[in-house]
Amino acid sequence: MKTYYHTEDLKNFGKIGEFQQPLAAKFFDYYGEVFKEGALTAREKSLIALAVAHAVQCPYCIDAYTVDTMEKGCDEEQMMEAVHVAAAIRAGASLVHSTQMMSKVKDLSM
Amino acid sequence: MKSLKAQNHALSDPRYEIDVLESRSNDVSFSQKLTESNLYPLKPLLIDTLQINLGKMCNQVCKHCHVDAGPDRKEIMTRDTMKQCLSVIKSHSIKSVDLTGGAPEMNPEFRWFVEAIRSSDPNINIIVRCNLTIILANPKYHDLPEFFKDNRIEVVSSLPYFSAGKTDSQRGDGVFVKSIKALQMLNKTGYGVEHSGLVLNLVYNPSGAFLPGSQAGLEAEFKKKLSDNFGVTFNSLFTITNIPISRFLEYLLRSGNYEGYMEKLIASYNPIAAANVMCRSTISVGWNGYLYDCDFNQMLDLKVEIPKSRHISDWDQETLKNRTIVVNQHCFGCTAGSGSSCGGTTA
Repeated sequence: MKTYYHTEDLKNFGKIGEFQQPLAAKFFDYYGEVFKEGALTAREKSLIALAVAHAVQCPYCIDAYTVDTMEKGCDEEQMMEAVHVAAAIRAGASLVHSTQMMSKVKDLSM
Repeated sequence: MKSLKAQNHALSDPRYEIDVLESRSNDVSFSQKLTESNLYPLKPLLIDTLQINLGKMCNQVCKHCHVDAGPDRKEIMTRDTMKQCLSVIKSHSIKSVDLTGGAPEMNPEFRWFVEAIRSSDPNINIIVRCNLTIILANPKYHDLPEFFKDNRIEVVSSLPYFSAGKTDSQRGDGVFVKSIKALQMLNKTGYGVEHSGLVLNLVYNPSGAFLPGSQAGLEAEFKKKLSDNFGVTFNSLFTITNIPISRFLEYLLRSGNYEGYMEKLIASYNPIAAANVMCRSTISVGWNGYLYDCDFNQMLDLKVEIPKSRHISDWDQETLKNRTIVVNQHCFGCTAGSGSSCGGTTA
């Protein structure tokens, strides 16, 4: 194994049941249900998935949901805005913790 | 941009295209898949649609065009061949005549032919695959919306996206703005307007090496964006998969996307879509009168497999209805996912 990630592995995602079928079946059923049209459209869900894929930094998910959002008619601007949402939440999640740092600084300062 | 033919490109030779499709596809053949679905050999169900290619001449040079159409293509159907088509339309149970090209309106006999079809049968459905920009290309075409209305034509037009970037990257610079203007002219004539009875359908095809998503989802998005941004309305959106032949095949090979695209088409094979492919109800007529199972087979020069009825002048309804449809690896494009036809999804 020369690298940890292989493009080809994405195609084998559906085969994870080979080692544990019942749990894989439950997962894929659940996964399929989640992405169906619902209160959110399948298109909206795909953009959320693309944003989350960037937040969790999963290259397989980024690959899959780049294609999926394109198939669902999203354009580059919409896709990049979704990624910015993920980035903003990640940045905000760091920055909001600065309130803890600030409180501590204030507690310790004269 | 020149056509592949004008460039003398290897892919302008149908035999070479078929060689590529057969040698570079993976081990799964389309006929094998049909066999697994109990559909091989593929047979027609009926023949109720005649799709007629009036010529390869076009005012646009779209990057994905399966016809390799453009201003440098001079192949045009003659009035004599149109008369032979009319004779078939009159004497057989053809319910729909689908006129395509190139830009069919550029054929000098286009209006004569449309009027002749309409006068032969007041109820027959006549479809014109209008690329929209032709309406603005020359003053002599500005009245096309009125002409379409007078002859109760169903207009089907390609618009790959509801913004300029993706549309122009596929169909040429400035095409989006002109297309919107043409759509507004069609709307003004009543096309695509509720209760007018004048049908305007749009065709979406992906701007690259990926499959179309949900037809209903894309239609809703197109309706909202075109209405909100441009005041344009239409009836239905047809999603069509890009078939790996001609210019789209050239793009796939040049961009290194060929293998991945074919794998995706094959992995997405849907037996329901296979059962509903349009070649089971359509005969495609080439500009020179030869008969094919579909417009794609026409471009690959795969004529109907019956030697005695290969030309419109030799039309033999019963023989054609019992023919075996010619298939090859490109057919995976019509059976992937929700299926694809000139009228959109099939499954």
